Amino acid sequence: MKSVFVYCEVENQKVAEISQELLSAGKRLAQKLGCPLEAMIFGIDLKNIKSQIAPYGVDRLFVADDERLEPFRTLPHAALATEILKKEDPQIVLFGATSVGRDLAPRIASVLNCGLTADCTILDIGDHFVKKEKKEYKDLLYAIRPAFGGSIMANIINWDMHPQMATVREGVMKKEVFDDNYATEVVNVNVNKIVKEEDFVVKIIERHIEESGVNLKEAPIIVAGGYGVGSKENFQHLQDLADLLGGEIGGSRAAVDAGFIDHNRQIGQTGTTVRPKLYIAAGISGAIQHRAGMQEASLIISINNDPEAPINKIADYVIHGDLAEVVPKMIKYYKKNAK
Amino acid sequence: MRPLKIVVLAKQVPDTRHVGADAMKPDGTVNRSKLSTIFNPDDLHALELALNIKDRVEGTQVIVLTMGPKRAADIIREGYYRGADNGIMISDMRFGGADTLATSYTLVKGIQKLAPFDLILGGRQAIDGDTAQVGPQCADKLKIPQITYVEEIIEIKEDEIIARRRLEKGVETVSSPFPCLMTVHGSSPACRSRHAKKIMKYKYARTKTELKSKNTDEVLLSLHEKRPYLTIPEWNVEDIDADLDKIGLSGSPTKVKSVESIVLTAKEAKILSGADADIEMMIKELIEQHTIG
Repeated sequence: MKSVFVYCEVENQKVAEISQELLSAGKRLAQKLGCPLEAMIFGIDLKNIKSQIAPYGVDRLFVADDERLEPFRTLPHAALATEILKKEDPQIVLFGATSVGRDLAPRIASVLNCGLTADCTILDIGDHFVKKEKKEYKDLLYAIRPAFGGSIMANIINWDMHPQMATVREGVMKKEVFDDNYATEVVNVNVNKIVKEEDFVVKIIERHIEESGVNLKEAPIIVAGGYGVGSKENFQHLQDLADLLGGEIGGSRAAVDAGFIDHNRQIGQTGTTVRPKLYIAAGISGAIQHRAGMQEASLIISINNDPEAPINKIADYVIHGDLAEVVPKMIKYYKKNAK
Repeated sequence: MRPLKIVVLAKQVPDTRHVGADAMKPDGTVNRSKLSTIFNPDDLHALELALNIKDRVEGTQVIVLTMGPKRAADIIREGYYRGADNGIMISDMRFGGADTLATSYTLVKGIQKLAPFDLILGGRQAIDGDTAQVGPQCADKLKIPQITYVEEIIEIKEDEIIARRRLEKGVETVSSPFPCLMTVHGSSPACRSRHAKKIMKYKYARTKTELKSKNTDEVLLSLHEKRPYLTIPEWNVEDIDADLDKIGLSGSPTKVKSVESIVLTAKEAKILSGADADIEMMIKELIEQHTIG
């Protein structure tokens, strides 16, 4: 059937944030195509899960409910998803670009022998004329993503090997309820018919998920540092400023790679997407991967000694200077002027 | 413990982390000649993990497998310098333009020539595409389990391996029987450095294609005759018995429709110096607007 399909992640009867975003994005694509939106969800005790999914305008929901399906393991989920996708034959399949989606989607793409575009930030529908075949392909998925270190945006298409699959970055697609009373048909999947015993050869011995104290998404003020901060010690200045302003500190990928700051504080496409009221970027040049994760901040201050740094172009205040001097001055004058 | 046979998948990539202003041509296309090539960082972590297992399990063999153009032989030499036992190049013009599906097909055809094996290791992702797809796609084609985002090997047993994975919000320890494929996370230990003796031993290692180049002299050729281990095996389409429809551009479903270089729309920014008066003025404005305070 012509449809858009979303793989939903679930844990402890709660549909993941990214999956809700994907359902909204999928609905927008389905409306453009005039086709149904379908979803699949695999987990434990999912009898009431429909209520969390239906409002996004899902026409059919495939539910696999089995105590072995949580926490996520690749092989059983891949077996279920490929079986459903082979049967339903949708045009478009979306996954979150999460540790689950990025593990699962390529495995499925390999089984189905189809294309998969990673880490998209924009999805659209459009046409493409293939010169070699002298043929116009209608209503293709435009899977658009930053590439090459963020210096280009690439529009990736796939016209000959279906379905068209994509993983989508968390926090990029807008989540919106379509209809609170949407009628969703639930299809219960017969797990034992599809999943074999050998699909459970990988065993989870221990699991430690931190409901980490870091909540960058909710922080009203973020002080973020990049490679230009230079050292872990210099990050302490940023921490001091963040503490004083009641904010959190974050870092660019380069700062995380350099070990200046913990990876769970990474902001940008491969980290968290944030929309604070104030974003202070210290020593961050601003590759698109980073900007994609923070450009919707209400107010941006860039502290950089490179006047050409790309981040300056989206900043409200650009301070040309050495952050080791500028940040302590900000602390000083905040203390002096704050009531 | 029996010795293991480990294949490390490694890729030579443009150094996208140090993209200078001259890396883009005025027309918005990538100026590859301005980018140096490096051993993909995550793949170096994978090599270290393999060498670490070799340290722990005597007799373990580590083979570096790469696919790429002629210059990717640097990856094999680098692998040797750091402690790999063998290196193999998959190289053929016809493999060019491959997306992850065609790449995984090609690599798997090469891996199958090396069977039986116990472990396939690769970096989580390559910095030129960040897709993280090739590992899981190879695992599927080999019909073996995968453990992604590995940061440490906890235990190696006779018939299974236990590893800790790094997830977004935590860690997970899992076991898998052999053979399996692991992708290695950048939070795992960095790769050991080159070994001076190994550099001496392998610095003249070349592929046959490299030996055919103009710069090859008689001395190098006779050295290769005397020490056959210096000749890096190089496999083409026929060597790995690859189906032409499944490799290169024709085996790649994903195509680039268009690329757009990033043009930033400039906002009206207030440009300040680091002088005290400027900073105080800004802080006062922020307090007045209730952004802070």
